[in-house]
Amino acid sequence: MALDANSHNLPGSKPPWRISMLLTKPFACFGQSTISWVSNLGASAIFLMLAFLKILHPKQWGKIIQQIYYIGASSTMIILLVSLFTGMVLGLQSYTALVKFGAQGALGTLVALTLVRELGPVLTAIMIAARAGSAITAEIGIQRISEQIDALDTMRIDPLRYLISPRIAASIISFPILTAVFDIVGIIGGYISGVLLLGANAGTYVYRVQASMDMKDVTDGFIKSIVFAFIVSTVCCYQGYFAHMRTDSHGAKAVGLSTTSAVVISCVLILVSDYVVTSLLIRG
Amino acid sequence: MDAPLIEFKDVTKRFGSRIILDHINLKIYEGQVTTIIGLSGSGKSVLLKHIIGLLEPDEGTILFQGQPMLKMTKSERTAKHAQISYMFQDNALFDSMTVYENIALPLRETTNLGKTEIDSRVMARIEQTELKDAAHKYPSELSGGMQKRAALARALVTDPHIVLFDEPTSGQDPVRKNAILSMIAQYQRKFGFTAIMVSHEIPDVYFISNRILALYDRAIVFQGTPEELENFDHPFKDEVIRSLEGLQQELTGLYSKRQFKVMHHAQLTQRTRGETYSLVVFALDDLDVIMTGSSHETARKTIRSMGRYIDKHFGAIGGFSTRRHTNQFVTVLPYSDLAEAQNILNDFAHDFQERGLQDNFEGQERRKASGGCIELVIRAGIAQGQPFAEIEAVIDEAKSNQKEIARLRCDVRG
Repeated sequence: MALDANSHNLPGSKPPWRISMLLTKPFACFGQSTISWVSNLGASAIFLMLAFLKILHPKQWGKIIQQIYYIGASSTMIILLVSLFTGMVLGLQSYTALVKFGAQGALGTLVALTLVRELGPVLTAIMIAARAGSAITAEIGIQRISEQIDALDTMRIDPLRYLISPRIAASIISFPILTAVFDIVGIIGGYISGVLLLGANAGTYVYRVQASMDMKDVTDGFIKSIVFAFIVSTVCCYQGYFAHMRTDSHGAKAVGLSTTSAVVISCVLILVSDYVVTSLLIRG
Repeated sequence: MDAPLIEFKDVTKRFGSRIILDHINLKIYEGQVTTIIGLSGSGKSVLLKHIIGLLEPDEGTILFQGQPMLKMTKSERTAKHAQISYMFQDNALFDSMTVYENIALPLRETTNLGKTEIDSRVMARIEQTELKDAAHKYPSELSGGMQKRAALARALVTDPHIVLFDEPTSGQDPVRKNAILSMIAQYQRKFGFTAIMVSHEIPDVYFISNRILALYDRAIVFQGTPEELENFDHPFKDEVIRSLEGLQQELTGLYSKRQFKVMHHAQLTQRTRGETYSLVVFALDDLDVIMTGSSHETARKTIRSMGRYIDKHFGAIGGFSTRRHTNQFVTVLPYSDLAEAQNILNDFAHDFQERGLQDNFEGQERRKASGGCIELVIRAGIAQGQPFAEIEAVIDEAKSNQKEIARLRCDVRG
């Protein structure tokens, strides 16, 4: 657009078209991001659905067991470590707070419910996203940029069935098991700090843990862990599978950025969905 | 000619605003080796990916056995693609699997064959591609050449009807290049599949190709036989073919077929009627067998040595030569009669037998190169021609006069 020097635009002032653009630009950016986000969400949902339907293919079992080893069994040590110290710090903080009110007998209730309902599923999912999720994205991303996924297509091997379905199935199996491990070890951690180190009554602690929890707490925690399994496996596989479609980078850098995005998006979605699922379960 | 197996009609492909293929028209026939030649980045691989369905055209139609691919149902398209194997330029081997597992993958995942049957098929391909020692190694532990052969073995393990080769010889040393091209030619003859190849190996690909497609400036500018390409007049030829042919001449001392034709025309058509010239046709017997076996290095050395010795003996008296087929050389002696040509041929035969063959292949090396012991027979025939007569008739006459002039014997030094 040509600007006339003799028009009402004074030297140094911004022409009206630029001002209007400045005003509308934030809305345009917001709209663009929203469209992109919704489009990715839809694509991820279709991606998940297609891969999920292929889990029952007869040639899948060996690959699912292999992925359970990579995603589940290999994450056991880190889950044991994190859960133990989470339980211990929870016992420590809770005991010092409860003792002010003379309510140290409620320590077992507080530790058990906090772990089984919230911290167990959430922290397990975040830890697996950081450890196994990032590896999934990087592995699939490299396979994409080195044409290994195209090679599967040319060999008539469905990449979704071969690469994605076993990882989703393995996540659905591994997440609840590791969450259970987290809960048990976390309660033991609370016992170590609250009872063994700070002197709370051992019998009361164990009794409160047993008495305060009912089956719904356990199933709610498992429901959450399964929801997180779907989220983490889908986000991590999707980010790797479409690493070559990134517009901000190419090649190895795209794989690196996809890996970072996978972990960040997984963690954010775990926390957001935790709130949504919790509110649904409480109403239910 | 039969109906084409694959046909592109006005196919256009864009990546963003960049046009890669612009109204491409081409035909590929069943049971032939079709080679697509062109400069790097001209869209040859993109073209191949359209055939296997990894890419779809923005405009135009791809016909498979006369049926438009886009109008086929998904199952029909899957069935068509099931007949095709693809060998990627960068191999696309799974780096977390061994060579054996890579080759077995398509059989394990797409067939219901038992473990024993899969093992026997995979091992057969591994042996044919000389990868026995590398079967349980990972791709990262192999050289570029071995990775290429592993990819080739994987492409052939399902016995496909159509095989697409994307630069099958890139990154290979000259010996392996020849071995891979020979292996493709041998398998193509043995199994009768349709081979579609992207390659820069000019003129080597001419020897194994039935048809050549030239991709230049986003369009197919030539499609026809290698012989027809000789008479093709287009800027593509100056940019691509002549530069590569020049290099070939420098390496072997022989002229390209096109240059040979020009020399023949320039030197003989100026002659007065009644003058004659002599022509010698050399042949290396059973070279195909040797090249596709474990002795391709020996065969390659022999070909190079032949080129040098022919140039040394016949070039000195104004002769000019070309390699006509994989195992055939033709020399024109424009100023020699039959008696003189026979004398020079005798000198050549003696020299090549004594030094050309034996100096190259000392007993120990022959055994090492062959893994056993090989025999090579070199035959030659002479004929006299009139400058205005068809050279093909003179070549045929010389071929009918061929007799053994030299032999690499198993028992000479081994």
